[in-house]
Amino acid sequence: MIAAISYSLLQEYWWIIISLLGALLVFLMFVQGGQSLLYTIGKTELQRTMLVNTLGRKWEFTFTTLVTFGGAFFASFPLFYATSFGGAYWVWITILFSFIIQAVSYEYRTKPANFLGTKVYEAFLVVNGLMGTILIGIAVGTFFNGAQFSLNDYNQVTWQTGARGLEAALNVHNLSLGLTVFFLTRVLALLYFNNSIEDEEISAKTKKHLLINSVPFVIFFLFFVTVLLLKSGFAFNPENMEVSLEKYKYLHNLLEMPVVFIFFLAGTLMVLYGIFNDFLRKAGKGIWYSGPGTVLVVFSLFLTAGFNSTCYYPSAFDLQSSLNIRNSSSSEFTLTVMSWVSLLVPFVIAYIWYAWKSINNKKIDKEEMGEEGHKY
Amino acid sequence: MFESIDLSLVNWSRAQFALTAMYHWLFVPLTLGTTFIIAIMETIYVKTGKPEWKKMTKFWMTLFGINFAIGVATGLILEFEFGTNWSNYSWFVGDIFGAPLAIEGIMAFFLESTFIAVMFFGWNKVSKKFHLLSSWLVAIGANLSALWILVANAWMQSPVGTTFNPETARNEMTSFWEVLFSPVAINKFLHTITSGFVLSSVFVIGVSAWFLMKKRNVVMARKSILIAAIFGIVSSLALIGTGDGSAKQVAKVQPMKLAAMEGLYNGYEGVDLIAVGAFKSTSEEDNDAMKDFLFKIEIPNFLSFLAFGDWNAFVPGVNDLINGNPEKGIMSVHEKMDRGKMAIEKLSAYKEAKKNGDEALNASLVDELTSNDFQQNYFRYLGYGHINDTNFLIPNIPLVFYSFHIMVMLGFLFLLMFVLALWWVVRNKLDSKKWFLIVAIFMIPLAYLATELGWVVAELGRQPWVIQDLMPTTTAVSQISTASVQITFALFAVIFTTLLIAEVGIILKQIKIGPKEEGGTKS
Repeated sequence: MIAAISYSLLQEYWWIIISLLGALLVFLMFVQGGQSLLYTIGKTELQRTMLVNTLGRKWEFTFTTLVTFGGAFFASFPLFYATSFGGAYWVWITILFSFIIQAVSYEYRTKPANFLGTKVYEAFLVVNGLMGTILIGIAVGTFFNGAQFSLNDYNQVTWQTGARGLEAALNVHNLSLGLTVFFLTRVLALLYFNNSIEDEEISAKTKKHLLINSVPFVIFFLFFVTVLLLKSGFAFNPENMEVSLEKYKYLHNLLEMPVVFIFFLAGTLMVLYGIFNDFLRKAGKGIWYSGPGTVLVVFSLFLTAGFNSTCYYPSAFDLQSSLNIRNSSSSEFTLTVMSWVSLLVPFVIAYIWYAWKSINNKKIDKEEMGEEGHKY
Repeated sequence: MFESIDLSLVNWSRAQFALTAMYHWLFVPLTLGTTFIIAIMETIYVKTGKPEWKKMTKFWMTLFGINFAIGVATGLILEFEFGTNWSNYSWFVGDIFGAPLAIEGIMAFFLESTFIAVMFFGWNKVSKKFHLLSSWLVAIGANLSALWILVANAWMQSPVGTTFNPETARNEMTSFWEVLFSPVAINKFLHTITSGFVLSSVFVIGVSAWFLMKKRNVVMARKSILIAAIFGIVSSLALIGTGDGSAKQVAKVQPMKLAAMEGLYNGYEGVDLIAVGAFKSTSEEDNDAMKDFLFKIEIPNFLSFLAFGDWNAFVPGVNDLINGNPEKGIMSVHEKMDRGKMAIEKLSAYKEAKKNGDEALNASLVDELTSNDFQQNYFRYLGYGHINDTNFLIPNIPLVFYSFHIMVMLGFLFLLMFVLALWWVVRNKLDSKKWFLIVAIFMIPLAYLATELGWVVAELGRQPWVIQDLMPTTTAVSQISTASVQITFALFAVIFTTLLIAEVGIILKQIKIGPKEEGGTKS
């Protein structure tokens, strides 16, 4: 079955998997969004403990998805891995640094003799919530706006700026995506709190902050999308692999790939419906719309970046060094091997779903925080 | 082809990776082993229904959880440092190395992270059997993670199942099964996880010994020692077996590493194994000079037997491997360097012809470069083409020698400790062996030392190769400023050390608090 698939189809298949992992990662970053709201929503120690425990039962999914996203990129498009990570050194190191301090904070926060004290671990969570989301958004922004690198005949990268990737934050379009991701993850976190915590006070605060965070999210999202659809994009000629700038490239991509366009529109509507649902009603079901909606929107944006003869990691310094799914992938043999393994993904999703439901069958409340058992 | 880069950048990049890997490896072995010990204890609880086993399971789970978090954090950095600090390497090996990493994520990490949540938070939310299943799946997931990363590491030590593609200027996989089931990978995986099992057993026995000394939670301590001692003995035997297997593979694919492990400068037939030895001190590090031993206790002909299964087999020394030994069919390093340079020149000519549109030359070069002869006799030595000084090919022999010998001695010491612990705990005499209980506590740091030394042998013993014979560290490194790496090295050193202090403090406190009774009181 898989052995009969052509090389180009395998490359597309793996770009779809990367896009899906990226989309799931952004959705699961509601954990980071929630961390950034720790002191906004949690006014007392008990409330913060409830928030941390709600997020703490999910932080590893986000972390694992990030690791798998990186591993899958390394495996399927190693030239991107080598170029971006080795080039945009400071962006990635800063992101990673924020994730190191997150990983231990849940477990260590309330443990006696934790050396740094509860407040410091809570500060670590907030820092990860701020930096992780904004910088990942900015880094993904370079998929549309390009980065400052060149490659030689042996595919060795040379970065053209001393800022090593941090210069991407000076691009307004990249920054708007960073802020979109930041506010989106906060919105998702508020919806998740609403769904998972049984507490009147927290519930009232999440509703209030849902509006406060939804407005900038929508503004930054609209700005990002408008600029994206109006800007020139990095196209390549499949015949000779020559890269050129094409006007309205991303708009063309959406129009030429109607399924992707439908995903994008449907996802956007679902995100908005989820927000309205929780704002206007007390149902707490908004996350079930906004979460999958987020996956659809991000998935479609990744497909827009990499499909339809588009360079998904363009070089703003040397157009011809730009990376696309054809020139940066692993060999046909490796992609085939990995495709066999990818057949396990539905099984993985199934057991994650089952386990998630098993431990989320009851909302977190004050009583539970007072009971014996493992707590963060 | 690949330009060699400023040596200080290479050294700082190596230091940063070593720092991350060694910190990561402080936490992972305990995870690998305690998950199984916990799963065994919980199995007994589910089978017998006795609450003391549940209490015990939960206590060790608490310590496991504290340790697990920091292992995850350092693991994330390791994965991404391949890209950030070794970008040339990432491209060169991405076609092979990436697949195990991706499979690790899909198969192992999700298994571990999904069921760890059930393990910690599911006690009152899922059935006993589902909880037990979750604990076993966490153990399997954690060890599966180790499998895939070690398969990748083994490929770096012994690059099999691949060919060099001149078009992409990288190695590409031709046989996944050869990569997965390479004898180096199998031995490395089993040796590494069993070393984690041994460390965990030492940890559980050491902590339990403290409880016995304090006359607290005595029943739990005895039962924990019983489980850990049996687990430790089985693991130690497997560790010895796989250690032997690993040494045989090193003799075959990394003879320089074996020579360094044994401090063997000149090879001969029927080589003795140095059981204990020390070098004479020298005023400065000089790999040119053959180092004399101050003393050594040898087992006659044993190295030849262990390495090749023949008491009189020839084992090459450092000088044989550098200068060559035609009588024994060993090619000199100079010959390998010439072949490596030839591979690089031909590759450059191919790239040039392609750029100039010289199709005839291009086609003939493709034929030549992809021929089996060129792959086996030239590209195989590609990395030597970047070497200018033969001394660069000799690892730090005293460091590798001492690391190896201390690790082996400690391994046997742990086995002795497990046997004694089992003997006395079964005969109900352990509580009275005060000296043993003290020794057991002090064995914990020694177990960490042993496992770290294992990595020193594996990784420093193969220097300068990041991929054996194909890529030295000097060509693998990312082109970033040395100052950037120095800053990130300092950042990581500070944060890892801070977190280590926090972890040790929390674990010690949790041990002092002891297991919690169901209902909240402490025994």
